[in-house]
Amino acid sequence: MDRRKYLKTLAVGSLGATALLNQSCETPKEKTPELPTFTLDRTPDELKREHQLLSETFFDEHEMKTIRLLADIIIPKDETSGSASDAKVPEFIEFIVKDMPQHQIPMRGGLKWLDLQCMKRFNADFASCTAAQQIEIIDEIAYPEKAKPELAQGVAFFNRMRDLTACGFFTSEIGIKDLGYMGNQPNQWDGVPQDVLDQYGMKYDERTLAESVKFES
Amino acid sequence: MPDFQIKKTPKDYDVCIVGSGAGGGMAAYVLAHAGIKVVLLEAGPLYDPAKNVTQLKWPWESPRRGASSPYRHFGDFDAAYGGWELEGEPYTHKNGTKFDWFRSRMLGGRTNHWGRISLRFGPKDFKRRSIDGLGDDWPIGYDDVAPYYDKVDKLIGVFGSKENLPNDPDSIFLPPPKPRLHELYIKEAGTKLNIPVIPSRLSILTKPINNERGACFYCSQCNRGCTVYGDFSSSSVLVNPALKTGNVDVIPNAMAREVITDSAGKATGISFVNKDDKQEYTVNAKVVILAASACESARLLLNSKSSLFPNGLANSSGVVGKYLHDSTGADMGGILPHLVGRKRYNEDGVGGMHVYSPWWLDNKKLDFPRGYHIEYYGGMGMPGYGFGFGMHGTNSRFAGRDGQKRGGGYGAALKDDYRYFYGATFGMSGRGEAVAREDNYCEIDPNVVDKFGIPVLRFHYNWSDFEIKQARHMKETFAEIIETMGGVVTWGKSTAEENYGLAAPGRIIHEVGTTRMGNDNRKSVVNKFNQAHDVKNLFVVDGGPFVSQADKNPTWTILALSMRASEYIIDELKKQNL
Repeated sequence: MDRRKYLKTLAVGSLGATALLNQSCETPKEKTPELPTFTLDRTPDELKREHQLLSETFFDEHEMKTIRLLADIIIPKDETSGSASDAKVPEFIEFIVKDMPQHQIPMRGGLKWLDLQCMKRFNADFASCTAAQQIEIIDEIAYPEKAKPELAQGVAFFNRMRDLTACGFFTSEIGIKDLGYMGNQPNQWDGVPQDVLDQYGMKYDERTLAESVKFES
Repeated sequence: MPDFQIKKTPKDYDVCIVGSGAGGGMAAYVLAHAGIKVVLLEAGPLYDPAKNVTQLKWPWESPRRGASSPYRHFGDFDAAYGGWELEGEPYTHKNGTKFDWFRSRMLGGRTNHWGRISLRFGPKDFKRRSIDGLGDDWPIGYDDVAPYYDKVDKLIGVFGSKENLPNDPDSIFLPPPKPRLHELYIKEAGTKLNIPVIPSRLSILTKPINNERGACFYCSQCNRGCTVYGDFSSSSVLVNPALKTGNVDVIPNAMAREVITDSAGKATGISFVNKDDKQEYTVNAKVVILAASACESARLLLNSKSSLFPNGLANSSGVVGKYLHDSTGADMGGILPHLVGRKRYNEDGVGGMHVYSPWWLDNKKLDFPRGYHIEYYGGMGMPGYGFGFGMHGTNSRFAGRDGQKRGGGYGAALKDDYRYFYGATFGMSGRGEAVAREDNYCEIDPNVVDKFGIPVLRFHYNWSDFEIKQARHMKETFAEIIETMGGVVTWGKSTAEENYGLAAPGRIIHEVGTTRMGNDNRKSVVNKFNQAHDVKNLFVVDGGPFVSQADKNPTWTILALSMRASEYIIDELKKQNL
C-alpha cells in the first residue's frame, strides 16, 4: 500500500469527523520540524524514511490533548519520577502511530469512541470533562476483567493506550532511571551478586566456579 | 554509443566470491592469506561495526525505541540491514505454501544479526539416513570436518564447557560466563527433569585471542555489532583481515545476475549490476565461489542458463533449489513469581544466553525423528519497544507490591507494577532439525523479475508431521521446565490447529540444502569439497551444500566447510586442476 496516500485518506476522514463532533473546524497545523540527526547508524534509506515520518503530522491538536491527559492518568508523577508527559510519551505516541500504521485506526477510533461516550454521559468530550468525570469513565474501561461487555471497544483502546504509554515512559531517560536498569555500559560480569544468591538460596556449583571466566580483581 | 552497455572490470582475478557472509568471508580470508587474488562481490553496502555504531545506545536514541522497521526487521539497534521483505526484491510462493526469506544485503551479511551460537555438528548429524532412514547421509563425516572446526575455533574464538557429549562435540573453548539468576533456576529445573542445561557456546571473546580484537565487555548487545570486535561477524573477523593482505578487492552494492561460462562449460566470472551507478559489469576470474546464501546462490545458478546448461548452471541433476530446509522453531515464556521486586544490578552479560540445552533424548523412543536444542532468555534487560505490553494480563494474575491484583488499571499503583514485575519474566525457544525433502524447494518464478530485472525465486514449502510433532514435544517440554522452576506460563501455549506454534519456514533463518553435496552427481549439486559436479571451477560455500541441517545453528559448519573448500581450491590451483 502507498503509505502517504493511506495517511492522507485517514487525515481527511478524521478531519470531517472531528469537525462534526467538536462543532468547530480547526485545521491541524503543519509541523515543519528541523530534520534531526541520529546518534545511531542509519542507512540512507532509513534517514529518508525518518525524515518523511517526522515531517508528517498524524494527530490533531484535540487528539494530542486527549492523549496527553490519558498518558498522565496512566503514568502520573510520583515520588520516584515524573509523569508520562514529562517523559515526552505523547510525542512518542505521535511518532509510533506514523511509524506503525496498524496503531492508527485503533488509536484514532478509540479516542473518538471515548469522546462519544463522554458526550453521551456528560455532554462534553473527554478533555472538557471534569477530572472526576474523566476518572469515572476510565474506571469503566481500565479493568478488562471487570468491564461491562458493551464497553469492550473502550477496554481494547485503553489496553493499547496503556501499553504505548508504559512503553514510551520506560524507554525514556526518566523511565529507565526510574526502573533502575543498570546495564548498557562496559563492565565485567562475574555472576549474580552474593547477597542476591543468598536471598534466593542459590549458589554456583564448584564446577561452574572452576570453569567460568575469571577477572583480575 | 548505446544507452545500455556492459562494462568489463579491468582486472582479472584468481577467484571471484559472491557474498561476504560466513561462507564468503571465510573463503576470502583463507584465499587472500595464501596470496590468491580475490574479488569479493557484496550486494549491499560496506559495513564496519566499529564505524556503523548502534552499540551502547539508549532506547530513546531511536524514535521507535528500537522497534522493527521496514529497513531493519530485527529493530533499530540491530546491526543487520534488511529482513524478510526487501523493497523492489520480491519472491513468490507456489500452491499457497509459505516460506519467509530473510536477506541482509551488507558486508558480513547475516553474520551481523546471528546470535553467535556456535555449535559443531556431531557424528550422527552427518549420517542421519543411516540412523533413521530419512533424507540422506552426507558424503563426509565428522572426522573430515573436525580439523576445520578446530581451526575455526582458534581463528574466531568460542566460549563453552567441555562436556564430552556424544553428538555435541566440544570446541576448543574460551571460558564461559557464569549463569544469570533466571538461568540458575532453569539449570535447577533441568537437573530435576534430566534435561541437560550447560554453558552456552557462543563466538564471543571472554578472553582476548589476538591484538586485533578486544575482549567482551558484557553489554549483551552482540546483535548490534561490536565496536571492539569482541564477537564474531564476518566483516570484522574475516573480511577486514583479508583486505589487509592487499589481495582482496571488495565491490560493494554489486548485485550478481549470472555466473558467466565459456563454450567449454567452465565458469569465467560473474555479471552484476552496480547499485551505485546502475551500470552493468562483468568481472573475470579463474574460479567462481558462490556464498550468496543458500537460496540466493541457487537463484544465481538457476538464472545462469545457456545452451550448455539449459536447466541452469551445475544443475544437470535437477537438484538445485531442492531439499530446502530451515530449522524448526517454537517458543514459550513465563514469569517467575519469586523474582518480582528484584534487587537491581547489572545483569547484561554477553549477547544472549549463558546456558542452553543440547538435544538429550533418543528419537527411537519418540514419535518424531530429529532433535532440537533449547535457547533461554530473560532477566533485567534494557527496555525497548514492547516493554510492559500486556501488563493487564500479568497484574490480573499476580498481585503487585501492595498485595492487589489490579487486572489492568492506571496511575501510581500501575506505574509501580512495571517496576515490580521487571526482570521476573523469561522465555525459551526450541530450534530443531527438519527432515530435508525434495518437494520443499525454491525455483525461478517464470513470470516475475525484481527491480534489477533478475528473475525471482518462487518457494514451495510444507512442514510434515515430523516437524509438527517435534514442535508439540517442544511445547510440552517448555511447560514442564517452567512449572518445575516454579514459574507460570504467560505466553506460547498453542493448539494442534496452530501446529503447536511451529514457526513458518524461513523464520528461523537457518535455511540450507539447496545445492546439496553428494558423491552421486545425479542426486547432488556439489561434491564433498563443495565443488560443482558439472563445473569444476565453480564452488558453493554457503548453507546450500548442507545435506541435512542438524539441531544446531549452521554458521560454525558453514565456516568450517568454507575453510575446507578454500584449502582444497588452493591445492587444486597449485596443481593447475581448475
